[in-house]
Amino acid sequence: MSGPRKPSKRFDYRRLRAMLVKEFAQIVRDPSTFLVALALPLLLLFMFGYGISLDMTGTRLAVVMEDSSAPALGLSQSYRASPYFKVDVLRDRAEARRQMIGGKIKGVVVIPQDFGRQVHEGHMPTIQIVTDGSEPNTAQFVASEAQGVFQTWAAAEPFADAPKPPSIEISTRFWYNPGLKSRFFLVPGAIAIVMTIVGTLLTALVVAREWERGTMEAIMATPITMVEFIASKIVPYYFLALASMTVCVAIAVTIFGLPFRGSLVALYVIASAFLMPGLGLGLFVSSATKNQFVASQIGLIASFLPTFLLSGFLYEIPSMPVWIQAITYIIPARYLIPSLQTLFLTGDVWSLFLPNIAMMLLFGFVYFFLSFRVTKRSLDT
Amino acid sequence: MPVPAALEPIASAASVVKRFPGGAAPALNGVSMTVEAGRITGLVGPDGAGKTTLIRILAGLLHADEGEVAILGHKPIEMLDQLGYMPQRFGLYEDLTVRQNLDLYAELRALPEEDKEETFSRLLRFTDLARFQDRLAGKLSGGMKQKLGLACTLVRTPRLMLLDEPGVGVDPISRRELWAMVQDLTDEGIGILWSTAYLDEAEKCDRVYLLNEGKLLFDGPPGELTDRAEGRVIQLTGFGEARRPFLSRTLDRPDIIDGTIQGRSLRLLLRDGSPVPEPASFEAGAGTRIAKGQPRFEDGFIEILGGGPKGTSALAENYRVIPPSDRPAIEAKGLTKRFGDFVAARDMDFAIPQGQIYGLLGPNGAGKSTTFKMLCGLLSPSGGQGAVAGNDLRHSAAEARASLGYMAQKFSLYGELSVGQNLDFFAGAYNLRRPDARRAKDAMCEIFDLGDKLNMNAGELPLGFKQRLALAAAVMHQPPVLFLDEPTSGVDPVTRRMFWTHINGLVEKGVTVLVTTHFMDEAEYCDDVSLIYRGEQIATGTPDALKEQAVTLTESDDPTMEDAFVALIEESDRRREADERDAA
Repeated sequence: MSGPRKPSKRFDYRRLRAMLVKEFAQIVRDPSTFLVALALPLLLLFMFGYGISLDMTGTRLAVVMEDSSAPALGLSQSYRASPYFKVDVLRDRAEARRQMIGGKIKGVVVIPQDFGRQVHEGHMPTIQIVTDGSEPNTAQFVASEAQGVFQTWAAAEPFADAPKPPSIEISTRFWYNPGLKSRFFLVPGAIAIVMTIVGTLLTALVVAREWERGTMEAIMATPITMVEFIASKIVPYYFLALASMTVCVAIAVTIFGLPFRGSLVALYVIASAFLMPGLGLGLFVSSATKNQFVASQIGLIASFLPTFLLSGFLYEIPSMPVWIQAITYIIPARYLIPSLQTLFLTGDVWSLFLPNIAMMLLFGFVYFFLSFRVTKRSLDT
Repeated sequence: MPVPAALEPIASAASVVKRFPGGAAPALNGVSMTVEAGRITGLVGPDGAGKTTLIRILAGLLHADEGEVAILGHKPIEMLDQLGYMPQRFGLYEDLTVRQNLDLYAELRALPEEDKEETFSRLLRFTDLARFQDRLAGKLSGGMKQKLGLACTLVRTPRLMLLDEPGVGVDPISRRELWAMVQDLTDEGIGILWSTAYLDEAEKCDRVYLLNEGKLLFDGPPGELTDRAEGRVIQLTGFGEARRPFLSRTLDRPDIIDGTIQGRSLRLLLRDGSPVPEPASFEAGAGTRIAKGQPRFEDGFIEILGGGPKGTSALAENYRVIPPSDRPAIEAKGLTKRFGDFVAARDMDFAIPQGQIYGLLGPNGAGKSTTFKMLCGLLSPSGGQGAVAGNDLRHSAAEARASLGYMAQKFSLYGELSVGQNLDFFAGAYNLRRPDARRAKDAMCEIFDLGDKLNMNAGELPLGFKQRLALAAAVMHQPPVLFLDEPTSGVDPVTRRMFWTHINGLVEKGVTVLVTTHFMDEAEYCDDVSLIYRGEQIATGTPDALKEQAVTLTESDDPTMEDAFVALIEESDRRREADERDAA
């Protein structure tokens, strides 16, 4: 018989370590975990880095040349030279109309028959700009950009009736992202998505897996405490999420050429703060449902989709309806994305970071509290 | 076996009541019991009796609504250090190796580092798993998983071990080995609670608690229950009548309360106080002989439950007569199924004449269900041919399926639908026309006594009723062929008797039955059986013929079907090992 044993109620580092070793061994042995933690983030990052771009470069535009005078050719050359347009030169409007209906082009610039004559007589000529109103944002962009090209061209011509240049010249500069490259704010957002996936979706599976495979029962019949159990579920995925974030940041800087103007300390502090609600939500969903399928579905709907749609990552929050704006305040990623974007593009702005970190920790606390409430050492429902 | 003189109770439960939300009756209804040091205490009963609930309460995983539970005088939750608990699914991490599983439990139970090597090598020797230390637990056979599960609970010798149905689904050889291992543990003074639905295991316990529907039916040494049937078991041989109709007729006699087929003989239990009847009174020819039989624990159980059912099946009386035919109703010719490199079933060969019961016996994972699923058209064979009611599986699988009734393992019903909705669904699935469907449904309700349960969700039915409903769903369209996959797994013996009464009746109407089972005594109902082991048929013949083979192999004079099974599997293992040696 074994001798008297120590009381086991207290937190025991040795048991935690044993559970961690087990958890890591399972992660290493399960290829799907790696798929979610590494392959999926890379896929997302490259998708947002290369595939999706909110910049309107290379928009297809048709220039209909009803006139072939030198000024008309000069204007069409200006359109070709614009980086925003990829120009097809056509001879008649009917063809342009067909292409617009077919969705091949987003806009038409018509240079009319008397264009050359008007220029010749010293009058400001007129052109027609037609856009595809079925995509309003693109149409707006095409209209204003086509107008801009025309005005730049006109400014170089000595027209008597040309509008006088204003006495005050407004010169626009975009700070922090001078090229207004959408990639610069999409990639930090993608990193937030990646942390949501690794933090919430993976943890959503882990406790439910123990229930489904019947190991929870055996574990609960050992002297392990529930605090040790929950800790053993958080720690591995915390590090896994940080690792996958680190890979993403490295790729963002090296491959996508993003600046990283903040400090690494700030990056890890902010990421850790965000992982608290991320891991907490996953854990809560997992413990409450005890079913991997349901947990992953809820995890997806409760974390991934809001992060995607409501965090200001793709759609700017100020342009949302007011009641939806109110909802965004309970999405933890809302506090992460501005911080990340600032870290990349501006630098350490602690006056912005600290309130965001505080909010993320608050949500984290709520989820952990709920997780402890639902993880009872009991099979009673 | 040395038993300590003073038997201190290691664990005790007093008048425990446990209700689950939504459950009509309490899962445990005033159960009291004790587990003593150095003894194997059996917790016996069919599925749903409350065994697992009681074990979980003792393990501190559930709270009793009423009553007291104590381990060594303390609350269970305070005594987890002294407890070894093996849940039904063993609680192993299948994606970890044998060694990693042991390591985990050793750390969780705070095994001193310096004792580790010695403990592990002792446990690995004890469980014969030393060779498999680096194998993933998920890749172990059922029997090896069970031994590893046991080892994990033993990393620090506990005072109390709770084993929840450790023998279920494992082949008889592994079950016997496990029993021997656990018996060794009693020498160390460990108190063992062994829960089981196998009544033959109950007979070997030092003391048993017999549970049924949450109530304690019996408590004491198993022999005491068996003794109640002393002198009342008779063996009938030499009767000049087909055994199934004869059993049915015999069970209708007032002085017989239970009877089963044992190969060519009948085993009967007499009503208490009835004299042993004259052979002539059975009116089955001059050759009829009566011999005394050995009572078993099961006889006592049936006796407590008030005897088995009578012999006439209302289901069979309502069934159409299947026109006789000369061609085999079910045929397998070299049926083979491969999953990658793994051959799940190899060269299955049998032809089942119409109006017979054919049994596929074997441990879990042996290939029974694979063979079965190929014949129902649920898996397409990798090789060979099969036919059901003359319909070739390759060319007319749909026709083959239409001519059979299928009762799946675990009684696959729609748990969220009511009993009535389930019956409606299966009537629709089998294409019954509306008036036929209504007639069939009414008949099933009456035969299986489902009338007052029509609006209950199937998932909430007691197991016995689930089984009846599953059978009802399978026979609503009166198919000529029935496929039964583990049809009596876990149900109490009286429900099992009722089930076989129906099946026997149907067979008399010309229905052909293919059944898989790991209850060896049920094999006795079959006309022919095939023993399946490691994907191959290792023996085929009548139950009596297989037992005779066992007589020559083991030189025991009256082997049970299980003895025969063990002997034949050991013989097959010997042959395979010899072949492997020759090949090497």
